[in-house]
Amino acid sequence: MRLPCPLCGERDLREFYYQGAAVSLTRPDPDAGADAWADYVHLRENLPGDLEEMWHHAQGCGAWLVVTRNTATHVVKGAKLAMDTKRADTKRADTKGART
Amino acid sequence: MVDLKAKTPLDGMVPVTIGTVTLRELDGGVMTSLSPYSGQEKVLSDALKSSHGMAFPKPNRTTGREGARAIWFGRAQAMLTGPMPDAGLAKHAALTDQSDAWVVVELKGAGSTDVLARLTPIDLRDSIFKSGHTARTDLMHMAASITRTGMDSFVVMVFRSMAQTLLHDLEKAMAGVASRG
Repeated sequence: MRLPCPLCGERDLREFYYQGAAVSLTRPDPDAGADAWADYVHLRENLPGDLEEMWHHAQGCGAWLVVTRNTATHVVKGAKLAMDTKRADTKRADTKGART
Repeated sequence: MVDLKAKTPLDGMVPVTIGTVTLRELDGGVMTSLSPYSGQEKVLSDALKSSHGMAFPKPNRTTGREGARAIWFGRAQAMLTGPMPDAGLAKHAALTDQSDAWVVVELKGAGSTDVLARLTPIDLRDSIFKSGHTARTDLMHMAASITRTGMDSFVVMVFRSMAQTLLHDLEKAMAGVASRG
């Protein structure tokens, strides 16, 4: 399996460390309550199909990536820098917060 | 005072020539990692240009020349090798002295591409990985920096603590390539 690192290009699987579904980008607020936190820590949908996952390019550029992979066929549909995804999300949340 | 003598990581163990490939150690000199602060990439590159005559390298690229080079070293990181960093750079980036932390070797000669190809998963063909290109990658499970400096020459860097492992792996690969004639 090869993963398309946005910085390094397509690289072999051995350079990467796998974390799991990309839930860490949507961490609940500290006071969100026990249910939200239990959901965040323990519960995963685990549906077959496209899944956004966190991969760390540990033996390469050191970036965290959000990789879209089909869990049934292992087709990798793309990868983004987690930093960019997080920034886009934060910006969206900020503009939403400003409107209300 | 005791007069301490600096020793390079592979002091007395290289150069080694097996077949057509020669492995020798390079003096890493002063090495400083540069990590630009958020939004400071352009300013840092300009400061680097005016103080050291080289831009901040794009991913997988190097800038500068032999003896004073900036090697891309990861996401938002480059390694300045050679000159003492200008103090003004610290305004735009986190500077960390890494001198003596890395072993720097040069692999040179016909077949050096074949030697490295035995150890690392990246595509080393000269149509893809050209002179001046660099990569952070895996080299026999070691986190390495590999830079092509010519048609048949590469500069390889790994942690200093891995120097003898690197020598062992490179020698084995060199012998393997040489034995195939």
